[in-house]
Amino acid sequence: MSAKKHGKELSVTFYREMVKVRLFDEKASELFTQALMSGNIHTCIGQEASAVGACQALKPTDFITSTHRGHGHCIAKGGDVKLMMAELFGKATGYCGGKGGSMHIANVGLGILGANGIVGAGIPIAGGSGLTSKIKGTNEVTLAFFGDAASNQGTFHETINMAAAWHLPVIFLCENNKYGVSVCIDRVCNTQNIADRAQGYNIPGVIVDGNDVFAVYQAVTAAAERARKGEGPTLIECKTYRWHGHYEGDPMSYRTKEEMKEWKEKDSIARLRKEIVKSGIATEAELDGIEGEVKVEIEAAVEFAKESPYPDPSEVTTDVYADDNERSVAR
Amino acid sequence: MRKITYGQAISEAMHEEMVRDEAVFIIGEDMGVMGSVFGLTRGFMEEFGAHRVIDTPISESGFTGMSVGAAIRGLRPIVELMYVDFAGVSFDPIMNQAAKMRYMTGGQVSVPMVIRAPQGAGRRNAGQHSQNLEALFTQIPGLKVVLPSTPYDAKGLLKTAIRNNDPVMFLEHKLLYATKGEVPEEEYLIPFGKADVKRAGKDVTILAYSREVIFALQAAKELADLGIDAEVIDLRSLVPLDWEAIEASITKTHRVAIVQEAPQRGGYAGEIATQIMEKIFDQLDAPVKRIAGLNVVPPFSPALEDHIYPKPNDIVAGVKELLGRK
Ligand SMILES: Cc1ncc(C[n+]2csc(CCOP(=O)(O)OP(=O)(O)O)c2C)c(N)n1
Ligand SMILES: [Mg+2]
Repeated sequence: MSAKKHGKELSVTFYREMVKVRLFDEKASELFTQALMSGNIHTCIGQEASAVGACQALKPTDFITSTHRGHGHCIAKGGDVKLMMAELFGKATGYCGGKGGSMHIANVGLGILGANGIVGAGIPIAGGSGLTSKIKGTNEVTLAFFGDAASNQGTFHETINMAAAWHLPVIFLCENNKYGVSVCIDRVCNTQNIADRAQGYNIPGVIVDGNDVFAVYQAVTAAAERARKGEGPTLIECKTYRWHGHYEGDPMSYRTKEEMKEWKEKDSIARLRKEIVKSGIATEAELDGIEGEVKVEIEAAVEFAKESPYPDPSEVTTDVYADDNERSVAR
Repeated sequence: MRKITYGQAISEAMHEEMVRDEAVFIIGEDMGVMGSVFGLTRGFMEEFGAHRVIDTPISESGFTGMSVGAAIRGLRPIVELMYVDFAGVSFDPIMNQAAKMRYMTGGQVSVPMVIRAPQGAGRRNAGQHSQNLEALFTQIPGLKVVLPSTPYDAKGLLKTAIRNNDPVMFLEHKLLYATKGEVPEEEYLIPFGKADVKRAGKDVTILAYSREVIFALQAAKELADLGIDAEVIDLRSLVPLDWEAIEASITKTHRVAIVQEAPQRGGYAGEIATQIMEKIFDQLDAPVKRIAGLNVVPPFSPALEDHIYPKPNDIVAGVKELLGRK
C-alpha cells in the first residue's frame, strides 16, 4: 500500500471505482433477493481491487475479456452503470438490449470484449485479440480475467502456450478466490499457486495480494509494459476472496465462518481508505463525499433501469446474423 | 474454359481473398510450412508471411477460440479443422462463442470467420475421421452452413464465406478435392441461399448437397434410361436455405427425394421433408422420400464402409420406389 507514491488522483480514482463496483453489486444482490431480477448473478464483492487495479493500469484502447463474475471488470473498464443495470433488468436500454444479461456484458468501444458464461472461454478470445494486435502491428494489450477454477480448463493451457510461443501482448490475470463454486482449489490442483504454472510455459508468473489495489496496479503495469515491448505474456495471480456465495442464495456449506471473517478483515476498500487518510492525501470527509456521489449514481442507474422499456418482442429474431438475418432465421 | 480441381478452387478462393483484404488470415494445423495436409495453402506462407498463415499447435479449442477473438476485433480468420470430426474438440468456441456472440451482445459485434472442415466417408479413415456433421451445425442459430459439390461452387461460395460477416461452417468433402470442373479465370462470387439446378427435369425432384450431388447426377442418367426425367437440385447452403427453389421444383414435379450422406436419424433431409409437408403438402403426389446414410459409426473396412452412405444405385432404387416403379 503506497497511496503517497501513486498520488492523490490515482488513489482517489481507485477508491471511487472500487466503491462503485461494491455498491453496484450490493444493489444487484439486493434487487435479486427481492426478485426484481431474474436468471442468476455472480457478485464480486470482496474482489474489487483486482478488477480496478488491473483496469486502471490499462489504457482506454486496451482490451479485456471477463467472466460470469464480471460486473467489476466492466465497471472498471469504463462501463456505464446505467446501461449495465438496465442489462441486468433485461431492458432494451441495456448494453446488449436485454439479450445477454449479467454474464454477457460487452462493449468493444470500451475494450470490453465480453463477459462469458462458459468458464475459461474468455481466455482464448483474449489470446485472439492479442494475436490481432500482433498481426496488425498495433500496440494494444489484452487482459484476460479468469478465476482459479478456469485455470484448470484446457483453454487456459492452450492459450497461454500459444501466447508464450508467439510473444502475444496478453496478460493472464487469475482472480484466485479459492473456490470454483464449492470446490477449493487445493483439492483439484497440485501446485501451490496458480502462478507457478507460468514456469511450464516459460513466462513470468507473479503472485500479488489481490486485495491491495496498488499491488495489482503495479503488477499489471509491469506486465503491460512487457507486453507492449513485444516480450510476451505474463501470468498474474491475485489472491482474493468473494464475500458472497458463488451465486446469490448459495448456502455456502463448503466454507467456514472463520475463513469468511478472516477475509472480510482484509477488505480492500477499508484498507485503501485507511491508507489514503493516513498518508494525508484525502480526508475522511472527502472520501465520504465520493461514496455519497457513487450512491447517487447507483440509485440513478436503478431508476433508469426500472423506468426503461423491455425490448419489443419483435427483437427476439434480430441480431442472430449480421448478413441475411431474416432468411437465415426463418428456416 | 479451364478445368481445375475442387482443392485448387478452394486454394484460389483463399489466395484471392488474402490478396484483396489484409484482414484475412489463415490459422490451423500444418497450414504454413507444409501448406496444409491437402496441399491447399502451398506457398502461402512464403507469399503472405507467417503472421497471416499461422501454424498452430494441436490446440483446436484454443485456436478456434482465438479466432473468435480476432474476428470480434475485426480480422477475418479462416480456420481449418483438419477433419470436421475434430470439431468435437473445439465445439465450445464454435457453439457457444462464435455462434452466439452477436446475439448475446445485442448485435454489437460480428464474428466474421470461416471454419473450413473436410468431412465425409469413402476414404477408409474409420470412425473418427469420416463423419458428416452438418445437421449438428444447423441446430445452432448463428452459424451458416455451406457444402459445395463442385470446383466452381467451392470457389464462389468460399469467397462469399470469407466476405460474410457471420461465422460460416464451410464443409468440404474429402473425396471431392481431386475432382475437376470448369472454373473461369475471372472473379465471381456465389451468394448463400441460392440453390443450383444441376440437372433440369420434370418427373421427380432430387434434393442433395456435397458429394451426394455427384451421385444424384449419375443416378439421374440411369433414371433417364428408364424414362424418368429427374431434376437434381444442389442446395449448396443449408443455412440459409433456398426454399423458393425447392418449392418451385416440387410444384413442377410433385415428387421429391432428399439425399444425404449423413446418418438418416436427425439429419437435415428430415428437416427439409418436414418443411415441405408443412408448406406444400398439396403439391405432393407421393410421400417425401429420404435417401440417407445408415445410423452407424463409419467403419474402416472397404467391405463395410461402402454400405453406409447412398450411392447412385441406392438413389435410383429410392426414386423408383418413390414413383411406384419396379
Ligand atoms: C465450462 C463450464 N463449466 C462449468 C460451469 C459452471 N460454473 C459456473 S462458474 C463456475 C466456477 C468458476 O470458478 P472460478 O473460475 O474460480 O471463478 P469464480 O466463480 O470463483 O469467480 C462453474 C463451475 C460453466 N459455466 N462453464
Ligand atoms: Mg474461484
